[in-house]
Amino acid sequence: MPIVIVDGQEIEIGADERLNCIEAARRAGVEIPHYCWHPGLSVVASCRMCLIEAGQRDAETGNVSMIPKLVPGCQTPVKDGTVIVTESEKVRESRARVEEALLIDHPIDCPICDKAGECLLQDYHFEHGQAERRADIHPFTSRKRDVGPTVSLFVDRCIMCTRCVRFTREVSGTGELMVTSRGAKEEIDVFPGFPLDNKLAGNVVDLCPVGALGDKDFLYQQRVWFLKREANVCGGCSAGCSIYTEHNQDTVYRLKPRENPEVNTWWICDEGRYGWHHLHDDERLLTATRREGPAGHAGNGSPAAADETLEWADVVGRLQTDLQAAGSLAVAVSPMLTVEEAWMLCSVARSIDPEAFLALGHVPVAGDDETFPGGFTIRGEKCPNKRGVEAVLALFGSGGHSWNDLLAHVAAGKASAAWITAGYPKAWIDEATAATFTGLACLVVQDLFDSPLMAQATWRLPAVGFAERAGTWVNVAHHAQSFRQAIRPPAGVWPEGRLFWNMLGRRGLYDPVAIRQELAESAAPFAALAGEMPAIGVDLRVRQLA
Amino acid sequence: MQPFKPVLLEAVGVPDGNTLASYRSRGGYAPLERILREQQPADIIEMVKASKLRGRGGAGFQAGLKWSFLPKDHPGPIYLCVNADESEPGTFNNRILMEDDPHQVLEGTMISAFATRATTAYIYLRYEYPHAWNRLQAAIDECYAAGLLGKNIQGSQFSLDIYLHRGAAAYICGEETGLIESLEGKRAWPRIKPPFPAIEGVFRKPTVVNNVETMACVAQIARRGVDWFTSIGVPADPDNPRDPGSYGPKLYCLSGHVEKPGCYEAPLGITARELIDGFGGGVWKGRRAKAVIPGGISMGLMTEAELDTPLDFKGPGTVGCMGLGTAAVVVIDETVSIVDFLHNSCRFFAHESCGQCTPCREGTSWSLRMLERIRAGKGRLKDLDILLELGNTMGMMPGSTICGLADGAAWPIKNAITKFRNEFEDYIKRTNPEGWMVTDPVPALQIVGAH
Repeated sequence: MPIVIVDGQEIEIGADERLNCIEAARRAGVEIPHYCWHPGLSVVASCRMCLIEAGQRDAETGNVSMIPKLVPGCQTPVKDGTVIVTESEKVRESRARVEEALLIDHPIDCPICDKAGECLLQDYHFEHGQAERRADIHPFTSRKRDVGPTVSLFVDRCIMCTRCVRFTREVSGTGELMVTSRGAKEEIDVFPGFPLDNKLAGNVVDLCPVGALGDKDFLYQQRVWFLKREANVCGGCSAGCSIYTEHNQDTVYRLKPRENPEVNTWWICDEGRYGWHHLHDDERLLTATRREGPAGHAGNGSPAAADETLEWADVVGRLQTDLQAAGSLAVAVSPMLTVEEAWMLCSVARSIDPEAFLALGHVPVAGDDETFPGGFTIRGEKCPNKRGVEAVLALFGSGGHSWNDLLAHVAAGKASAAWITAGYPKAWIDEATAATFTGLACLVVQDLFDSPLMAQATWRLPAVGFAERAGTWVNVAHHAQSFRQAIRPPAGVWPEGRLFWNMLGRRGLYDPVAIRQELAESAAPFAALAGEMPAIGVDLRVRQLA
Repeated sequence: MQPFKPVLLEAVGVPDGNTLASYRSRGGYAPLERILREQQPADIIEMVKASKLRGRGGAGFQAGLKWSFLPKDHPGPIYLCVNADESEPGTFNNRILMEDDPHQVLEGTMISAFATRATTAYIYLRYEYPHAWNRLQAAIDECYAAGLLGKNIQGSQFSLDIYLHRGAAAYICGEETGLIESLEGKRAWPRIKPPFPAIEGVFRKPTVVNNVETMACVAQIARRGVDWFTSIGVPADPDNPRDPGSYGPKLYCLSGHVEKPGCYEAPLGITARELIDGFGGGVWKGRRAKAVIPGGISMGLMTEAELDTPLDFKGPGTVGCMGLGTAAVVVIDETVSIVDFLHNSCRFFAHESCGQCTPCREGTSWSLRMLERIRAGKGRLKDLDILLELGNTMGMMPGSTICGLADGAAWPIKNAITKFRNEFEDYIKRTNPEGWMVTDPVPALQIVGAH
């Protein structure tokens, strides 16, 4: 195995690995500061912050010969015997000078800058800069430029790392951003009439190491040091991108991509990025209610029976009673549910009616998969866990049952009760489809918002959104990722899992990890979920093949 | 000084010297036709290697060696770029060659393309040279009409197209990878190396970039032979195996405060004083020289006492200059303030820095601001130390930038301050009697942009 020597510390790297000095040093726990380099973008070596001393140790004699000048760590590949020195006087002086140079034209307006607190310029200056300003005091300027519908550019804060420009050229392939002018007068800009408007545009804000690019959705909403982050998975489509949900006091403020080489690499799409606003929508259903009479009773022009608002503790028992009384049951297991929730729901359904008809819930689809030049794909299937629910259904002998099968089953009069889980962020069902369920003795609908189906329901139960759930989702490539709850649901709302847990008669607080372990032990298709889940998730098919 | 009959400048002053007929009458294109008939590309590379021709663009890299870095038996296209983006202040030898003897340049280009197996050559011409553009394009058209360009030239297996590409007036386009980027239609930000252009250049294909004068030299070597070429100039130092010597004639661009400015051809190794006094008729108005730029502003400054330095590839380096550069000798007479000189130099580089690497982008602009302030009577002695530190730390040589523009910006700063420090200190103390000793940061002056 090749050996690389980082500040005197020998580390081993893989024989086929192609690492640069920054990556190799990171393996040794040494951070080489850098602005322009990003693992997902081409190397330009222009910020010069990562300058280090490098050399080669002779395998025979053990003598080290160093390159006399400083070299950029991002551009210098390592091989067996590469020697990296990151803390010499020469390197430290060079970093201090680069920091000093970057601040000559920078407005240093941290108190009014949204990036303050997560700004590399701040961090590196604190660590590598010099306390004294030698350059002339520059008149304060803070020009703001609208570069697109979602992104603002604070021109004077820019340090010209060109990450954003390279992103639009290499990853989104849209090339809206460019560099204008020359020397110290150069600026990032868009071409006239071609704003930064693509489905991945928000990533440029994450890429920006300083406060130059601001996300209008997040700008001035919250200071970053108040935010807490929870590793989550995006529920926007079946890609299942790894994200961080950044929140404070049960309010989500923004979503950020979480690096996951198996799923989304470094990016997320704007649809997912801004796809959390429904969580805090005023229209959300917040109370569990029950209504006497058959489904659609109120919709049929008959006098509306009074809705009875129920405490959740009462829902558990009375729902069970109502469903048992209603007879043959049909259940739609929403692809928005986690694997654990789906499994518990199926178990509950079969305990109420051993012949219960189980089917995959409605799968929202919007267009085709869209792949970008950088390889990132937005899926047309707008739900996170179709594969997971299908696998659960197969365990219950109901594999392959689709939403349409369920509609046909109900339309044929084979069910007298239906339990429809939904939880979709957007309107998903029309009047005509909802009418299929009219007249059922008991219709349970669990959803985020009111809908034509909800209007028919005898049991109206609020659902929760992605950041309020915990469990496991399986994406389009059968890659399973487990996540915890990021924020609590609105007061008075039980997540689906908690309801199912209680309906199964389990004690204590709902524990998705316990369910996952049981599932992994008892069901071969889920064997890969056993034990601690890695942050990047696991491929569900791995252990099945083994 | 031996009388030297111009070779590269043979056509200067000849009526219609720029035409094909005139060039043929001087023996032109006969070497090309002979090479196409009788020789192989490897022979030409050997010939140029044997001539020890060093690139005339500024860096002085051996042309034959550069060609030999091309991958052997490369299946795809190989490109030849002729760097005619002559933008170094004080330099105009390429312009003379292209305007007065374009066929000499073209023949050299054709021979070089034959040697490097390139079937497409681009001449990247500086925007500000419309006359050169017309002359070159006319010459290319003549060559196509005469069957010297195009498919199967003179019945041989060799085909070549030459395209004239006009730049958009940026100094950085003269840097070989900046030129390549610009030629590809991109912003001329120099590329990181490796890969070097010989492996991955224009359109990511192996590419050779050579200067116009280098091409002219190739044409003359083919016509007059290696021995003729190596008989001129300064032989290699036998004690230094890494010294490739400085052979051949060189076009010196003499300008500034001399009686007879102009482009003069002389053997490499002529001293600055011989050039100024011999060709230039001495410093103008009977004055003394204060300083002389040896080869374009980015090479730094020689003082009057250093004028006996030979202007070969090695000489200027011995007196603290960066090198011979483009051999553009600019004379600055004793009446000029060195502060003004340095301000002008800094203004040029701040304007021309491409802005890619932080140390150069900010360093050139910072040095300009300091010089602006010094000239506005608000200089401090501390500024000299900062300027010197900038000069010593920015550039490809200390490793802080990608290309050599920053070295070029740094050298005049270093040389001016180390060689003329007294003048700077006197100036600052005289113009800022109250504040010359201040070390705290001071308010910046508003600078009006050059463009």
